[in-house]
Amino acid sequence: MHSAKPAYDKLIFELSSPGRFAFSLPESDVPDGDPTTLLPREHLRASAAELPEVSEVDVVRHYSRLSQMNYGVDTHFYPLGSCTMKYNPKINEDMARLAGFARLHPLAPEAASQGALRLMHELARDLAEISGMDEVSLQPAAGAQGELAGVLMIRAYHLARGERRHKVLIPDSAHGTNPASTALAGFSIVELRSEAGGEVDLADLERNLDEDVAAFMITQPNTLGLFESKIHQITEMCHAKGVQVYMDGANFNAILGITRPGDLGFDVCHFNLHKTFTTPHGGGGPGSGPVGIKAHLAPFLPTPVVVKRPEPSADAYALDWSRPQSIGKLQAFWGNFGMLVRAYTYIRTMGPDGLRSVSENAVLNANYIMKRLEGDYDRATTGPCMHECVLSARRQKKLGVTAMDIAKRLLDLGFYAPTTYFPLIVEEALMIEPTETESKETLDQFCDAMIQIAREAETDQAVIHQAPLTTPVRRLDQTLAARQPILRWRQPQ
Amino acid sequence: MRYISNTPAQQKEMLAVIGASSIEDLLVRIPTKARLSRPLALPGAMAETDLVRHLQRLAGLNAGADDYACFLGAGSYDHAVPSPINHLISRGEFFTAYTPYQPEASQGTLRSIFEYQTMMAELTGMDVANASIYDGASSLAEAALMAHSVTGRDTLAISRGVNPLYRQVVETYVEGLGLKIKSAPLGDGVTDLDALGKTVSKHTAAVVIQYPNFFGCLEDVRAVADRAHEAGALLVVVADPINLGLLTPPGASGADIVVGEGQGLGVPMSFGGPNLGVFAAKQELVRRMPGRLVGATVDVDGQRGFVLTLQTREQHIRREKATSNICTNVALCALMATIYVAILGKRGLRKVGELSTAKAHYAARELAKIPGVRLRFGAPFFKEFALQVPKSPERVIKRLMKDRLLAGVPLKGFDRAYKDCLLVAVTEKRTKDEIDAYAAALRAAVA
Repeated sequence: MHSAKPAYDKLIFELSSPGRFAFSLPESDVPDGDPTTLLPREHLRASAAELPEVSEVDVVRHYSRLSQMNYGVDTHFYPLGSCTMKYNPKINEDMARLAGFARLHPLAPEAASQGALRLMHELARDLAEISGMDEVSLQPAAGAQGELAGVLMIRAYHLARGERRHKVLIPDSAHGTNPASTALAGFSIVELRSEAGGEVDLADLERNLDEDVAAFMITQPNTLGLFESKIHQITEMCHAKGVQVYMDGANFNAILGITRPGDLGFDVCHFNLHKTFTTPHGGGGPGSGPVGIKAHLAPFLPTPVVVKRPEPSADAYALDWSRPQSIGKLQAFWGNFGMLVRAYTYIRTMGPDGLRSVSENAVLNANYIMKRLEGDYDRATTGPCMHECVLSARRQKKLGVTAMDIAKRLLDLGFYAPTTYFPLIVEEALMIEPTETESKETLDQFCDAMIQIAREAETDQAVIHQAPLTTPVRRLDQTLAARQPILRWRQPQ
Repeated sequence: MRYISNTPAQQKEMLAVIGASSIEDLLVRIPTKARLSRPLALPGAMAETDLVRHLQRLAGLNAGADDYACFLGAGSYDHAVPSPINHLISRGEFFTAYTPYQPEASQGTLRSIFEYQTMMAELTGMDVANASIYDGASSLAEAALMAHSVTGRDTLAISRGVNPLYRQVVETYVEGLGLKIKSAPLGDGVTDLDALGKTVSKHTAAVVIQYPNFFGCLEDVRAVADRAHEAGALLVVVADPINLGLLTPPGASGADIVVGEGQGLGVPMSFGGPNLGVFAAKQELVRRMPGRLVGATVDVDGQRGFVLTLQTREQHIRREKATSNICTNVALCALMATIYVAILGKRGLRKVGELSTAKAHYAARELAKIPGVRLRFGAPFFKEFALQVPKSPERVIKRLMKDRLLAGVPLKGFDRAYKDCLLVAVTEKRTKDEIDAYAAALRAAVA
């Protein structure tokens, strides 16, 4: 049985002791430095901020212990669908921490930033080649911001042609960011049904394509793990009506070197460098969401654009701000550069054959899991899948065990959980993305655990409903958290 | 391929289980004409030793702050980063986890975010802070959108003292929704209150100022708050939390939303990203806030635990009706900031502010002694100031590079009115020797 007390239950504030400190700062070496004489009194804090007073060993031990309360890819199989939780190479980290990258100011003179600008220029060219797009902006900070940039470029494109198209079509299987980003760009959203097999329903698409439609936004492969096989037909239908086609690139890990969005007729696609290109997920970011476009959208790219000047010179690389039709800026500086260094390192490590092998093995691993589990869980689709498989726990639910229960039981068996209840169109969805970096042995252990849970659902539900028992805390009261939000620590009265 | 675990023999075994003869069989859904019929035209795979050499060479082409005394600011600052931060954030359990969707297996991340929210609320003087936005600029854009949704009004009054790069990002974000932006001019370095009054009306959703502002000057936040509130608008203040260990928190001066760039709190400059978008607000606005929030709760045994909460604001549930499109944020940068604030603590953060103030004011005094050089503005400033120079700022910068000094950010690109100015930032890291060397080099450069 679970012990009543968790191993560790402190917050940093609760370790505080007046007078203790961990910082090392020099004494002032300049004359006349009293802030009370240098700054008007009303600008000085009336009382010190209530921050912890702890020693360095307190800090190191506290955050080390907090880290031990997490599952990560480095410690656990993390089959979180749609998130591509692959291994994050350590060499990437060393390269991003090189002083010439990590301690470079974004407004250092261009002549003194040539290495950084060259890396960005090469990475953008690499991503353009990988996607079959003409140009790539590295500025978006994450996938959702890449979407916003893409949709704003589409908006600007239509406006420049004198067309006020106000609708965007999005399938019901889409990630939530798609409608959210689109609404932010001022469009209204029309949700399209998926056909029974899980692909875009062409008849429904045809019915909804009209001159008010600015774009059709789809995920390829889609969130059911299926490649949209009628993609050429889809992009042709859209283009015939002047509609731009946007690809959510969350699932790019399935298609590296196999097929390219640009060749399929997409006008825009974004990348998630934190998924496909091994930049770490960091507990929820930072990510990086570059956006690729076809040439007709190039005038609208976010500024500045990293360019290479034609003539050979010492300062060949530059930031080009002279794009009068640009949608503008998305973040203060040029992009999540630290993530760009990591992705660049990864692409150079892998080379073209390596990248193709990534996708082939991602697809192999997903199909292997699907095959091993299809006897015990319902499949959401038929035929082979791409890099992830979507199962349904509807069979288990009839017995009283939900997808959530299965997720919690997996934690006890030593695995992070798949994505649950997404895509929304699959009842009791379990979306499993193993990635190429996992071995057959790991996949077998995971499948054995899933099959064990399916048996337990039939014979021993208590062990599932009690789960998790081995984690630092057990199932948490979400309703209480939302009803009486406690969003910060306060000194007990 | 060293990052792919399966051996060819295992691949065969797996294909046999699947009932496929090759991986090609699994790709049947991809039509032939969709296939790329050639290898990707990318450079071949590099061995680690070659790749390291290549990247070291690229990094060596840049003027990093280890080799140059960095007086650059304008939204990214060369503050000292205590050693434990990199060690702790590099622990794989933090580094390689994702959004804490399964809270029982993510308490480390959730607890650290809860601590972060507390620290940011405390520093800004607000009730609640979220788990982070991408950077200060996008955080401000989110604040503008939130003010629009809270007030139902469609105009923003933004001071010209707000970082011009931030203003550009706001313009991008509000373009689609058709919000209008009015610019409030500066007087002598700070927002002209009378002129601001004329830009504010019953259509104003928010008044936006920066504290200290882009030029380093200290705005009268309370007076601006009064103007905003009289008109029924919200006051949004852009503030860098590292300064708020010493300076009056905007929350104490009437701000409704405080946003800002938290990069100074232990996050490397890294050529401008990733950064840390801080977002804090008053309690009554919490259900309109963008981004993730972590809340405290209990588990089935009554033990304290932490979860993502108030998620019905977010895109994965509310889709097009969400308060924001943000999903992945910058959790790891928030962790860096949390550890930074824990290390600096109550006294250290104040001391960082005091040292920055002392050194910036010393630098300003010394530089302004040089003939033809003067402070552009008379308003009180904190750790950054606009310096007018008698020669082309670009040439001054180039000249001082030779002395391993990054002299400042030329303001020409931001505002033609200040084309003869450099924006100079002085953090606690700069030494008297560096400042004296700067003064000597500038004296020679403009002579």
